[in-house]
Amino acid sequence: MKVNGVEHASARDPRRLLSDHLRHDLGLTGTHVGCEHGVCGCCTVLLDGAPVRSCLMLAVQAEGHNITTIEGLTRDGQALHPVQQAFHECHGLQCGFCTPGFVMSVVGLLAQHPNPTAQQIEEGIAGNLCRCTGYASIRRAVKRAAELSPSPRSGERRAEGET
Amino acid sequence: MTTRWFGAPVQRVEDDRLLRGHGRFTDDIDEGALECCFVRSPHAHARIKSIDASTARGMPGVVAVYTAADLPFGGLDLPLLIPHPNLTHGRTQRCLASEIVRYAGEAVAFVVATDRYAAEDAAELVAVDYEPLPVVITPEAAARAEHLVHDDVPGNIAAEMLQEVGDVHGALASAPRRKQLRFRYERGAASPMEGRAVWARWSADEHKLTVYDSTQSPTSIRGGLAVLFGLPESNVEVIAPDVGGGFGPKIMLFYPDELLVPFAAMQLGRPVKWTEDRQEHFTAVNQERGQVHEVEVGFDDDGRVLALSDEFIHDGGAYTPYGIILPIITAAQVPGPYRIPNYRVRFRDVYTNATPTSPYRGAGRPHACFVMERTLDVIASELGLDRAEVRRRNLIQPDQFPYDVGVAWQDGNTVVYDSGDYPRLLDRALQMLGPKPAGDHVGMGLGIYVEGTGVGPYEGAHVQVLVSGKVVAATGIPSQGQAHATVWAQVVADELGVDVKDVEVTSGDTRRFPWGVGTFASRGAVTAGNAMYVAARMVATKARQIAAEHLEANPDDLELVGGRVRVKGSPDHGIPLAAVAVLSNPVRYAFGGGTEAATQFAAKPRTGPPLQGGEEPGLEATGYYSPPGSTWASGCHAAYVRVDPRTFRLEILKYVVVHDCGRVINPLVLQGQIEGGVAQGIGGAFYERLAYDGDGQLRNASFMEFLIPYATEIPPIEIDHFETPSPLNPLGVKGAGEAGVIPVGAVIASAIEDATHIPITEMPLSPLKLYELTMSSS
Repeated sequence: MKVNGVEHASARDPRRLLSDHLRHDLGLTGTHVGCEHGVCGCCTVLLDGAPVRSCLMLAVQAEGHNITTIEGLTRDGQALHPVQQAFHECHGLQCGFCTPGFVMSVVGLLAQHPNPTAQQIEEGIAGNLCRCTGYASIRRAVKRAAELSPSPRSGERRAEGET
Repeated sequence: MTTRWFGAPVQRVEDDRLLRGHGRFTDDIDEGALECCFVRSPHAHARIKSIDASTARGMPGVVAVYTAADLPFGGLDLPLLIPHPNLTHGRTQRCLASEIVRYAGEAVAFVVATDRYAAEDAAELVAVDYEPLPVVITPEAAARAEHLVHDDVPGNIAAEMLQEVGDVHGALASAPRRKQLRFRYERGAASPMEGRAVWARWSADEHKLTVYDSTQSPTSIRGGLAVLFGLPESNVEVIAPDVGGGFGPKIMLFYPDELLVPFAAMQLGRPVKWTEDRQEHFTAVNQERGQVHEVEVGFDDDGRVLALSDEFIHDGGAYTPYGIILPIITAAQVPGPYRIPNYRVRFRDVYTNATPTSPYRGAGRPHACFVMERTLDVIASELGLDRAEVRRRNLIQPDQFPYDVGVAWQDGNTVVYDSGDYPRLLDRALQMLGPKPAGDHVGMGLGIYVEGTGVGPYEGAHVQVLVSGKVVAATGIPSQGQAHATVWAQVVADELGVDVKDVEVTSGDTRRFPWGVGTFASRGAVTAGNAMYVAARMVATKARQIAAEHLEANPDDLELVGGRVRVKGSPDHGIPLAAVAVLSNPVRYAFGGGTEAATQFAAKPRTGPPLQGGEEPGLEATGYYSPPGSTWASGCHAAYVRVDPRTFRLEILKYVVVHDCGRVINPLVLQGQIEGGVAQGIGGAFYERLAYDGDGQLRNASFMEFLIPYATEIPPIEIDHFETPSPLNPLGVKGAGEAGVIPVGAVIASAIEDATHIPITEMPLSPLKLYELTMSSS
């Protein structure tokens, strides 16, 4: 599988979870594990661009796919990705444990809806649990991320804005 | 002092690494560590007849399996953290049970293997033969004592305590009106997103133990491990790295793993790591909130409370490792912001066959607030008075501080409120709440609370100006998301006249600061915040003394501004702080950083030895702050909610908070604390109930069934603050960590009762519970 653009060898054990493979075999510990039963969303990564829960997948199921983790959004020494920057500006994190999962969900959300409505924001983050913030600052961060994100096709952006 | 950084909404310095996925949580630390899995009791109460680990020991990948018999400390009771004279029958568990298990989830054996998968496979093969015993699960059943949790604890009563202010019997007898009420709160769980985890490495060469622990108190863990393993404290390092939320139960001292992981690392000579899974977190980590209150209140025709008697049972769980702090807090906090001239409170802390209890955000206060606020709602209803007006008539007035409540507080003193303006809280909240929205099934809820914060005994801090001019600061208490690295930097930056970005704070690492107590009880800002202030001022004083000699000026004429020490009134006459740091050490080595200005050949020669009369090298200081008593924060919440009459779904139409925690260090961080607290309160009020069955099995030990709110359940919260500074500490601050959660249960109950006219006397609720209450009341 390709992780953050780099080809990696297969998991050594067929029952190894994708989350464990990323964290403990590849050392990408930014993907966190909060419940291991698919509810909290801390382990969210992008599979071919769409958010998935890496604790509900076996590593071998990701063979032949492109995985993006939080570490793949920007490089060390480079500016934060717009979603990361927005979370910082809006105090969208406290302990930071759920944060990578939220950020990946929001990256997926904005790919689908570059200028999301309040309802789309609500649904877009409703698969991730946060125990610290009470979500208000995360909602603000999603709106800010949409502002900071480079404009995609302007037509789509306008169409989204009208919904 | 300048107030340039204090009070400013400084954005967090912690964020960058956390957002890039470069946070360092305990399970992120590897170094080829062996991994572990517990064997835990499936029974809530049973006698262990035998344990056979031989098959498990032979499994591939298994390195060791420990039972109590394999541990040198296997026969030792774990510490009782806070003994109390009224805790006549305190009991703690052993690291691994070998005779009796008293709650489902109690640890019995510990498997160490090459990875977690192998450890879990082997744990299933540890054969434990149990003889089930009768289970005591509700506090009421415990008080009836038909069965005993501990054979040698009569009546299941760990502790009993009676306090009385005034003459409650007499005042009740003569009160124009009396009412008897019963309130019930069930258990909830803190559920931080990161479970608990411990990693340990023993270096035989250095004779040194290093432990990473997802704990709220690394300094105490270090002290305990040093005693247990017979090591000098200097040979034990405990670090709380990034911790993924705590909310109380990550301070226990000790959970079994906090001994077993270091022990295994020392035994096996390899790093060892244990990371809890979510299911075991539900039963192995302490819980809270189970209480049953029987109240009698006497009041007059104007709604003034004349006497309050509260007898309550506290569900302590199977053991009392944390003493009786929780019921002591509840007993102290029932009167809240109100004048209760005659108050009598008696509690019994009872054993049940459930997970032990210890503080969870709010810690005894949400239930106390629920009791008082519900009682006032009943008085208003009895008299046909407005609920806000009844509260207004009973509130302590701003000119009555300090206000002595007269009952015992958790620090051993009596409860004395230091400052506040409770009527203003109420008025402002009502103003923000505005008129009731149109529509049916809409109710208004209201709750006012006080919160004792910033308990002692102390915290300390070390502050040092490096020869680069950068500042490092450290304190013992770790952060679980409260932005310590940002807010302490603000305090230090003001005192040293430097940019907040030039102050790097380390918290919760005993290598950097070995003394301290822990992060709990909304105490960080008060204790460690003021310790930072004390230490930074000591450094500033030293900087002025050193610079004075160099500048041939009087220290009192100098000020620290913009990274320089300069003469007041002539800003060009000064020296960089970096150069002062160089001057502070008679061996003046440095790369850059002002060495030219600091060389002894440039300065006026000093007579006598380079260090004189108690002088110490280095521009640094260690300071401590020990509070004389708790600071009392306060707040008022009000809400409009709509209850769907068919689905019993709760819709929170508006929720307002007015909050007073003295001087605010960082409004951005404070807002996050309040918003998060209210969300946790809403969860605790309407979604999160730990459902134990009669056999002591927790039936909803997963996030599929224990429903922590998602964003869809949490409305926008409108927040306003005002400041009545605490007179007790130099910064004038009070704690804020738990505030948001405290009155939410009371507010939601009040609003639902207003909307549905069904008496609400218990927490937590749920759509199903509301349906049942509706059916039983119609």
